[in-house]
Amino acid sequence: MLQLYQMKVGSRLMLGTARYPSPAVLADAVRAARAEVVTVSLRRESAGERAGQAFWSLVRELGVRVLPNTAGCHAVKEAVTTAHMAREVFGTTWIKLEVIGEEDTLQPDVFGLVDAARILCAEGFEVFPYTTEDLVVAERLLAAGCKVLMPWGAPIGSGRGLNNLFGLTALRAHFPDVPLIIDAGLGVPSHAARALELGFDAVLINTAVAQARDPVKMAAAFALAVEAGLGARQAGPIEPRDLATPSTPLIGTAFRG
Amino acid sequence: MKILVNGAWRETQREELAGALEELGYGGSVVSTAVNGEFIAAALRARTVLAEGDRVEVLAPMQGG
Repeated sequence: MLQLYQMKVGSRLMLGTARYPSPAVLADAVRAARAEVVTVSLRRESAGERAGQAFWSLVRELGVRVLPNTAGCHAVKEAVTTAHMAREVFGTTWIKLEVIGEEDTLQPDVFGLVDAARILCAEGFEVFPYTTEDLVVAERLLAAGCKVLMPWGAPIGSGRGLNNLFGLTALRAHFPDVPLIIDAGLGVPSHAARALELGFDAVLINTAVAQARDPVKMAAAFALAVEAGLGARQAGPIEPRDLATPSTPLIGTAFRG
Repeated sequence: MKILVNGAWRETQREELAGALEELGYGGSVVSTAVNGEFIAAALRARTVLAEGDRVEVLAPMQGG
């Protein structure tokens, strides 16, 4: 089980809820992923449409834990206010903290991120910061009170996988006891399996599932990949070698000697 | 009184936030509110007095990644 603040989570696959072809497909994908945690957001509500009310009913019926985000926030004040609003609406102190610093890559503004994390942790929030693989930023986030980190694999929605393998591996090695969840940029199940094989504790997937031709099938595929990656990690992979070593024993080989 | 609700100008006869939300059709909705960038908890909406030109944000659960 994975410990995320006060909660133990069985599934290592978290799912975003945006960009699905329909609410029904979203619900089926969450079930197929066997996700226990889904991310949600807050947006302006139209009194006439009440779209948010229907969505919230759907999520509650799924019986999963929600992780609200501060997506779209570019300033500390915006992110902190959004977190306050999310805590009230969703009834949770969990917050996936995003402070975006650059539009083309949606790279986090790590300076604002640390400032916002410090404020929110002090107020009792359980903060899941969307960050880069930068070790110093990670240190600062932990010092601010974060007990989980969410480093990006690649820019949000890019599907490029683990963009900086060396940096991510170093992050994992540097913080062996901190839950690390790869958030953003994974495109196919093998990316998720790789993340778990490298020792990351979980992955959060949205676009790769929601925008697949068959989101439900892709959700199931990611669930299998995460299970395979975790199993491989626990089983203890062999070290890569440069030269061959025979897998068939040489003792008793015919025609030798 | 005119207030800016989710970026659009709206007219309300009610001075307190709770009443304005009711009048504007948000009654019974699961929403969170902010006035001029400051979060206003549900419990404080009845005591929060609006002024002409206030910027009111009314947010609700939405899909997110």
